[in-house]
Amino acid sequence: MNIKVVYISILTLISCIGGDKKEEKRMVSNVIIEAKKASKDVIDLEVYDFAGFEKFLNKKDDNVYVINFWATWCAPCVKELPHFEQLNKDYKNRNVNVILVSLDFPHLYESKLKPYIKDKKLKSKVIALDDPNMNSWIPKVSKDWSGSIPATVIYRNDTRQFFEKSFSYDELEKELKQFLK
Amino acid sequence: MKEVIKLFSAVIIVLIVSAFTLNNSGTDEGYRIGDIAEDFSLKNIDGNMVSMADYKDAKGFIITFTCNTCPYAVMYEDRIIELNEKYASKGYPVIAIMPNNPSKKPGDSFKAMKERAKDKGFTFPYLMDAQQSVFPKFGATKTPHIFLLQKTKKGNVVKYIGAIDDNYKDASSVKIKYVENAVDALLTGNEIKEPITRAIGCSIK
Repeated sequence: MNIKVVYISILTLISCIGGDKKEEKRMVSNVIIEAKKASKDVIDLEVYDFAGFEKFLNKKDDNVYVINFWATWCAPCVKELPHFEQLNKDYKNRNVNVILVSLDFPHLYESKLKPYIKDKKLKSKVIALDDPNMNSWIPKVSKDWSGSIPATVIYRNDTRQFFEKSFSYDELEKELKQFLK
Repeated sequence: MKEVIKLFSAVIIVLIVSAFTLNNSGTDEGYRIGDIAEDFSLKNIDGNMVSMADYKDAKGFIITFTCNTCPYAVMYEDRIIELNEKYASKGYPVIAIMPNNPSKKPGDSFKAMKERAKDKGFTFPYLMDAQQSVFPKFGATKTPHIFLLQKTKKGNVVKYIGAIDDNYKDASSVKIKYVENAVDALLTGNEIKEPITRAIGCSIK
């Protein structure tokens, strides 16, 4: 008796949702495709404290390094980011390395930073710097840095310049060219 | 007549050149430790104008450039409230100034400032630098950015510039409370050990 009731109610249920079945199937297969895609471009984010990060500021390999400090929550940073991407594209064959150093909050790496990197298809190297004792490391990046972002360091071996400002592409390229002479 | 024109153009050239040099001084602008900070008159969220001169009994001020929209500023709100609770009665009240242009940052509008102050229970004035003329004089570049002033016969002397403490993320993991140490030093007549500190903040828009 009980089994019969269950059977009937299942049948009723199926007939009720029958119309949505196709839709449901398509959604399921979409989810699977999405999941496959996501696993393919999982973003491996390198996260450093300042001691670990410092090597990126002191390479002596004759390459030019353009190090931009930014965060997804910083509007002027996000605005100028395409210029750094463009610079990376235009000059990567000339031993220029653009490194985008994110100062996003660690609890937002998954929900904000990684989706941003993925959506914007950032080609430059992105790393995250997580070191809350900021007064200890900001002066080591530059004694002129008050701590506002965006901020950018351009260096080649022992020659370096620091900028606590936003860039247009032309300004950025002009500064880079000083290092390519 | 020719001489006059010559002189006139020379004056113009000097003016133009000096205008450029003034604009290009960049991060060197603003007060340094030991400078006298000029008073201001800015509108508080209650509609009244506030100046440092209004505080007859103050020994100094914890001038805090902050805003609603910067995540670092938001993380420090509770600690700014604590600073005022701890030091207003000792003669060093907090005066918060919002330096952003609300047309660029709608979340920092006067109305939004009122709401935020009410929600958080700010116990100090929250002023709008509507002309954006005060923060450049201080040389504030970001939020939050603290300037500790001590009232003297000569004026309000800048004694400390920088961050509130050494851990934005977690108030309970703070090892050094820069502003508290600085105010305590002033209260006890000691030298401020670290008069300048740095922290990441949101550039003023």
